[in-house]
Amino acid sequence: MDKYIKLRFYKDRFFKTLIILFTVLSTVPLLLILFYIIKQGISTINWDFLINLPKPVGEKGGGIINGLIGTGIIVLIGSLIAIPFGALVGLYLSEYSRNKLTYWVGLSVDVLQGIPSIVLGIIIYLWVVKPTGHFSALSGSIALAIMMLPPIIKSTEETLKLIPGTIKEASLALGVPYYKTILRIILPMGFSGILSGSILSISRVAGETAPLLFTAFGNPFINTNILKPMSSLPLLIFNYAGSAYEEWHNLAWGASFVLIMMILFLNIVTKILERRWKIQY
Amino acid sequence: MRFYSKNTNLSNKETKKLHNVLLFEKIFQKGLGLTGIILIIILLSIFITLTITSIPSIKHLGIKFLYGDAWNPVTDEYGALPFLIGTLLTSVLALIISTPFAFSTSIFLGEYYPKGFVSNIFKNIIELLASIPSVVYGFWGMVVLVPIIRNLELKLHVLPYGVGILTSSIILAIMIIPYSVSLSRQVISMVPPALKEGAYSLGATRFEVIKKVILPYTRSGLFAAILLALGRALGETMAVTMLIGNSHYIPKNIFSPGNTMASVIANEFTEATGNVYLSVLIEMGLLLFLVTTVINISGRQIIKRYTLR
Repeated sequence: MDKYIKLRFYKDRFFKTLIILFTVLSTVPLLLILFYIIKQGISTINWDFLINLPKPVGEKGGGIINGLIGTGIIVLIGSLIAIPFGALVGLYLSEYSRNKLTYWVGLSVDVLQGIPSIVLGIIIYLWVVKPTGHFSALSGSIALAIMMLPPIIKSTEETLKLIPGTIKEASLALGVPYYKTILRIILPMGFSGILSGSILSISRVAGETAPLLFTAFGNPFINTNILKPMSSLPLLIFNYAGSAYEEWHNLAWGASFVLIMMILFLNIVTKILERRWKIQY
Repeated sequence: MRFYSKNTNLSNKETKKLHNVLLFEKIFQKGLGLTGIILIIILLSIFITLTITSIPSIKHLGIKFLYGDAWNPVTDEYGALPFLIGTLLTSVLALIISTPFAFSTSIFLGEYYPKGFVSNIFKNIIELLASIPSVVYGFWGMVVLVPIIRNLELKLHVLPYGVGILTSSIILAIMIIPYSVSLSRQVISMVPPALKEGAYSLGATRFEVIKKVILPYTRSGLFAAILLALGRALGETMAVTMLIGNSHYIPKNIFSPGNTMASVIANEFTEATGNVYLSVLIEMGLLLFLVTTVINISGRQIIKRYTLR
């Protein structure tokens, strides 16, 4: 009997060790990847790298300015489309009573979230690139905007649902119409949640390559015309990573480093926003 | 929507104002509903566009699209079987590799250390894992993982490609860990404490509680987590494209290069000349869309039923 109990304790301890071991092991890839990128990236990064165009093979130096500008423009336009629209849909889902329409909208959000990004690339190619006849940054922004919608909608819906009904009721009891209650009370209260959701979704799509392959397409030069093909950091990494040249690999490492730093920064901003502005009741 | 009675003494002006407010109210509500409808329309048009544009391919190939194994754009011969197998093989292998890690991490975060410093560190690390771009995973895989796999292949006396099914599966496994962890952690932490306490009070060890209370209770939820991770893995494009070796033949074993549906689209879409070629690639996209949608909806339904319990 005593032996049996001991055995059970040993099993328990063994299991716990196993769980901890596997958990620690699953963090190893991240540390390895970050370590490698920082190691390779730091040596490439300097001011010239950030303000120059990529150089042809064989020449040393060169930078990623076209990708930086491209990512900035494409993501900015994408968020200008996605954030207002997504926030409105989230508002609709959280504020209006459950009916058939909200059910289908909610389901569409789930389905939209699961669509592989490459399929969205095809769709925007067929919707925008083919009719206009050429690749463009705008089409890339639209593809990214569709990808951004589900997380924005969900974070808006969840934040607004947390606002207690009593606050709404207080406003309504004062005779404030419902739409004004939403605009003046509910939206400002949920602002931080909507904002952090939006920033998080920006950080997710900033690294997306697949939907840009057939839309923004890439461009070895600086381009600020959104109706023309444009480069972006992920596209640049993809193009240069596949090459066989040392210089271009270094370029891709540098670009990866910059991209990861941007994404980390956005993630930290989201965390701070969530903590600082957490609605307190 | 009339919340004032008819026989109150309101002046004409006041009644008008009230009417305006009510009108606004209606417009506002309808407007918000419209944004929801637009969202549904976007989704439907995605499906319809994919279906219509893949009609030439469906007409040309019919059901042979699914079991043909020849891929020759020059002679207009397209069989998607190698890519179907490639997709399935990489995704399932990735699931097999990642599931032990994902479940351990979720038990760790959901049961052993649900709060506190340690738990925060691991939560953040897993979240970071999700935020690394796919193309960076691919690049890292090319530079770091491929030589390791090549050495392994040399030792095992198989053709040392380096790239291939196994390499992409490993990277895919790393990439889907955060998704299965975040879902299964939620599921595990939702087990009612009363159940666990009951088992503890009967003298169960923690291992026994996990094995006999938590796992049986969360079985369907954990299954949904695996399912949703599978949906992710099926559609993952860039990292796999960079690591799978892009061969148009059915992979012989897990070391041989192959191709997935998503990476064929990524590689050949912009080069596709000819109506049928393009349409075949779009049909592949349609297939991906349908499969991931079915997986997603069923996964979410299971989770929803689980949370309602």
